[in-house]
Amino acid sequence: MARKGEIMRRALGMDYAEFERSPIAFDYEAMMGAHGYSLDDIVAIQAAAGVGSTPLLELRNLTDLVRSYSGPGHGARIFVKDEAANMAGSFKDRRASMSTHVAQAKGYPGVIAATSGNYGAAVASQAARASLKCIICQEAFDSTHLGQPEIIEKARICEAFGAEVVQMTVGPELFAHMLELLDETGYFAASLYSSFGVSGIETLGFEIAEEMRARTGAPPTYVVITHAGGGNTTGTARGLKRAGATGTEIVSASVDLSGLHMASDTDFNRKSFTTGHTGFGVPFATWPDRADVPRNAARSLRYMDRYLTVSQGEVFYVTEALAKLEGLERGPAGNTAMAAAMSLARDLPREATVVVQETEYTGAGKHHWAQLNFARERGVEVRTGDPRENVPGKSIVIPTAPEQIRAVEMDLGRMRRSYVRNALAHAPGGYEPTAEDIAFLAEDTNTTPETVEEIVAGLKEA
Amino acid sequence: MPADRSRTGQWVEVERVLLEPADRAANLPEETASKPLLVWVKGFAQSEAAPGEECEVETMTGRVVRGRLSDLDPAYTHTFGSQPSELASVGRDLRARLAEYRAKAGE
Repeated sequence: MARKGEIMRRALGMDYAEFERSPIAFDYEAMMGAHGYSLDDIVAIQAAAGVGSTPLLELRNLTDLVRSYSGPGHGARIFVKDEAANMAGSFKDRRASMSTHVAQAKGYPGVIAATSGNYGAAVASQAARASLKCIICQEAFDSTHLGQPEIIEKARICEAFGAEVVQMTVGPELFAHMLELLDETGYFAASLYSSFGVSGIETLGFEIAEEMRARTGAPPTYVVITHAGGGNTTGTARGLKRAGATGTEIVSASVDLSGLHMASDTDFNRKSFTTGHTGFGVPFATWPDRADVPRNAARSLRYMDRYLTVSQGEVFYVTEALAKLEGLERGPAGNTAMAAAMSLARDLPREATVVVQETEYTGAGKHHWAQLNFARERGVEVRTGDPRENVPGKSIVIPTAPEQIRAVEMDLGRMRRSYVRNALAHAPGGYEPTAEDIAFLAEDTNTTPETVEEIVAGLKEA
Repeated sequence: MPADRSRTGQWVEVERVLLEPADRAANLPEETASKPLLVWVKGFAQSEAAPGEECEVETMTGRVVRGRLSDLDPAYTHTFGSQPSELASVGRDLRARLAEYRAKAGE
């Protein structure tokens, strides 16, 4: 849509052009700080909105289970931040509370977000509290009007909170329709990727650092983060840094859905996770500015130290284990990081601490039983066995024992190269990156200017 | 498709074609590109209409949307479903392993 820039400027109430430095570089921190809210301001806004200060639980049974098959002296302590305790059932309330606060403060009559996930519930809930109208645009159905039960449940909860839910078939044109709705209504764009939303997650990282200091005397050794569009990794890591937890390793984790096409009408209902998977995690990490805002506030490569993948079957198994051993029945997608954490903790010394930084609500549709039944009805094979035999869209293999849970390390060097290639490809033809561009790319990929120079030289040769 | 006509003011769903296949985005997989992009919206029926007939609804935010009548008093019927047999013994087995480990560790 030709008027995209104009519509988004009005709908976000800020002009991203002032942060641009070159065809490649922009001032990320200036963009993040432009809203003018300090961390204390955000804590106060969220407290008033009923969001945050969720319980941090030590999972002693899960830890001992991991120790039962770890080497001598191994098996780190596992903790979880029970974000399902937020009003609409996930950490997304932290994002939504900031977007609705800004919308209300600036006098917008309503908010619009494009999401098939928990963020819709969060925006709808916060909009209800702020007396704002709310439209949620969902990619919900295949062309036969069949919907993933998890997405259908999200539609239900959005309607329960008084939102209008616009449900569409598979396709990226959803964003063009969202622009039309923004234009038609004059509502605020409660984008997942605005600086407002991502700043709202910083309180989560901050709380974890402070609570772990109080509980164990130190910030966590590792924080494991379920990773999709990158906001969760970015916001949590920024919050940890603000709390001085600069030594904490940031581990992103996604469900491996390699081989499934995210815009495919037939693959759409053959995946058992609608978020927290590599279908979002990899493309958004390697080109964040594909988002619905001019510059994405979620830039996960800046912050992740490691990126692990786990299989669908491993996450379903861990979801069942969490309920049976810890009395925590939570949604499967949020347990992606839990599966990765169990794999990680096994190889760490007992003194180490691993914090899984979210849970999400569960229930009909979202529940792992619902997901497995739906998969089976679609012809996906569900069986027990070695989870290494899992093939996304074809088979879900449930482990028979916890020691079979083994996260797979993604090659961050390859992802950084991919990001740099995308950044160069989005600049005008023939544009030569300047020293400032190289410095920006180094920051945006958490590496050095020398490494970026090498990548650029390698891309020219190829 | 609903069996009955909608009443004015009834909570209903309408379906409409947003994009015909020829107007869809570039670079879509064939199975997506060959289908129209459809949208469903719920609202209060602005008139009586027969199933599949063009009509208008007023949505929860007050927008008026035109489409073909596709459902009356739309239901949510998603469930948990039956217990997948692959998960039935996970809790029992893991609790037993934990008890065994703790018994040994306490020796």
